[in-house]
Amino acid sequence: MDTKQEVILSVRDLEVKFNLRGKVLHAIRGVSLDLYKGESLAIVGESGSGKSVFVKTFMGLLDSNGYVSGGSIEYDGKNLAQYTQDKQWRNIRGGQIAMVLQDPMTSLNPLKTVGKQICEALKLHRNMPKKQMKDAAIEILRDVGIPEPEKRFSQYPHEFSGGMRQRVVIAIAVACNPKILICDEPTTALDVTIQAQILHLLKELKEKYDLTTIYITHDLGVVANVADRIAVMYAGDIVEIGTCEEVFYNPQHPYTWALLSSLPQLGVKGQELFSIKGTPPNLFYHVEGDAFAPRNPQALNIDFKERPPYFEVSPTHKARTWLLDPRAPKVEPPESIRNIRNLKPLLNPDFVKTAAGGASDE
Amino acid sequence: MNEKKELLLQVKHLEVTFGNRSHKFRAVDDVSFDIYKGETFGLVGESGSGKTTIGRAIIRINPISGGEILYKGERISGKISRKKDKALTRQIQMIFQDPMASLNERAKVDYIVSEGLYSGEHRPSEGDRKKAVEESLSDVGLLPEFSSRFPHEFSGGQRQRIGIARALIMEPEFIIADEPISALDVSIRAQVLNLLSRLQKERGLTYLFIAHDLSVMRFITDRIAVIHKGRLVELCDTERLFAAPLHPYTQALLSAIPLPDPISEKKKKLLVYDPSIHKYEDNPPTWTEIEPGHFILANEPELEKYRRQLEKLG
Repeated sequence: MDTKQEVILSVRDLEVKFNLRGKVLHAIRGVSLDLYKGESLAIVGESGSGKSVFVKTFMGLLDSNGYVSGGSIEYDGKNLAQYTQDKQWRNIRGGQIAMVLQDPMTSLNPLKTVGKQICEALKLHRNMPKKQMKDAAIEILRDVGIPEPEKRFSQYPHEFSGGMRQRVVIAIAVACNPKILICDEPTTALDVTIQAQILHLLKELKEKYDLTTIYITHDLGVVANVADRIAVMYAGDIVEIGTCEEVFYNPQHPYTWALLSSLPQLGVKGQELFSIKGTPPNLFYHVEGDAFAPRNPQALNIDFKERPPYFEVSPTHKARTWLLDPRAPKVEPPESIRNIRNLKPLLNPDFVKTAAGGASDE
Repeated sequence: MNEKKELLLQVKHLEVTFGNRSHKFRAVDDVSFDIYKGETFGLVGESGSGKTTIGRAIIRINPISGGEILYKGERISGKISRKKDKALTRQIQMIFQDPMASLNERAKVDYIVSEGLYSGEHRPSEGDRKKAVEESLSDVGLLPEFSSRFPHEFSGGQRQRIGIARALIMEPEFIIADEPISALDVSIRAQVLNLLSRLQKERGLTYLFIAHDLSVMRFITDRIAVIHKGRLVELCDTERLFAAPLHPYTQALLSAIPLPDPISEKKKKLLVYDPSIHKYEDNPPTWTEIEPGHFILANEPELEKYRRQLEKLG
């Protein structure tokens, strides 16, 4: 990757709070992030880590009891954090930044044909004449890999399978040529086979439409294929960020270790699968020190007292953990994730080749 | 495989159809498999393949339209006596997929967990019931005081534990786990999987584990059956299936498992299963044991090909 990249979106010390039953929940605790043009960034974390809330602030989609209480979101010379009215957001939402939601069953309108829902987006942002709109919509449906788009154009969402519906949702999102595409758990509700196809499609579209993509997921296994950079989020804070290779092959934060080791792909049959003990901290209260410390069996004393700063591992890789401090004792990452690089594919590649060749011979 | 293993459940030529005569849909078609006592049997397939329907047919929620199901050598499908039905309810329990939807929102955990006991022949006294709830909650790693709370006060992983506690309180021998971890976060998945395997070791439970994700299957199951569009296409020991997947659909499923390794993942080739590669029009496939314990759905020319592949593999 080129190191001198153009920054398309820049977040500085973002703080997000929610008012809940008379108490204040501190959902995002001072996050800074630069999104580079044309990259694909994955934000990984458990549910409740604030990953969805974080990206929702880019589109002004926070629930009504949530608000940005500090920091800035710089996009195209404007500070999105100061936007308060829907009118201001109208240009950004869909036109500049678009989103694909988790569940394709609930994110489409069941009463409107698929074509109409795509045209809606085209009308709002592209101002096309009606006739052209239909052609454009069919073209987009073809782009997202829906067979017979002319026929599908006038069908309703219930006539589509889960994977196909997610393709339609993606079609709507890319219809207005957004600059940034946010995919919030785009494949969690889907089967493994469909998941692989959708990820492949998103990768293709990224090239074709010249998108910058943000993936949000709890599953590190999914992002290895699609992400250029990975940000690991815990308790409303990015605890580690680096390129895909750096985070997988040289993870630094104990939380990243824990996430990696709990993947069933790395489990050994007959042995206990690694699992993270305890629950994430309650963000109604002030978090002292490293938020992960209470669940970290190897936590240092200082982890409970002082919040660690970012330590740089390489120019593109930094982590918020005291383990990287020169004074800290040396703690090795767990055994199971040390040789990820030599992970064997579950399917023996030599074997596949003969099978496929044999099938086509006949 | 060990020959001495005791048969627990036999499914023979099972067929389940939905709809009426003019709009018939065959969800499960000629499915046969055996489950031995103490093993974890995996059933894997995409959504709509009929895997859940099989689970529901075993537990007698969906009526079957053909074949039969035997539990410990006795038929449990179709009409059976009321007494037997009650006994079966005790012996076979189910864990459902979505912990958000499968718990009664308006009942307290105490009632949810012990509801099954009320239906039994011998209704326990209030004290025994309370004790049973407490025990079963602590078995799944929840605190006894949780019993006075409502489901909405729990996280996804805790709710799934409540679902497991509800199954355990009946002291079943056989548990059907229908995608018990699909709706959970990765870190919590591990907790629930560990819990299930611990319970199996402690109580000698037998599981039918239904899922779409082979990576989880490899970790927990002893044998796996792959189902596609209502028909089993391959059945084999887990280790062997991963070493020598024969059916193209099994291979497609395996290739779709995401690897947590960026370099090999980016190089990986995704296989897509295309059913039209089979030429079944005038040469229909049969369910054949190609090597001991390894069954596959194929016709004669395909069997030839698969045998050659197995030879090459050694």
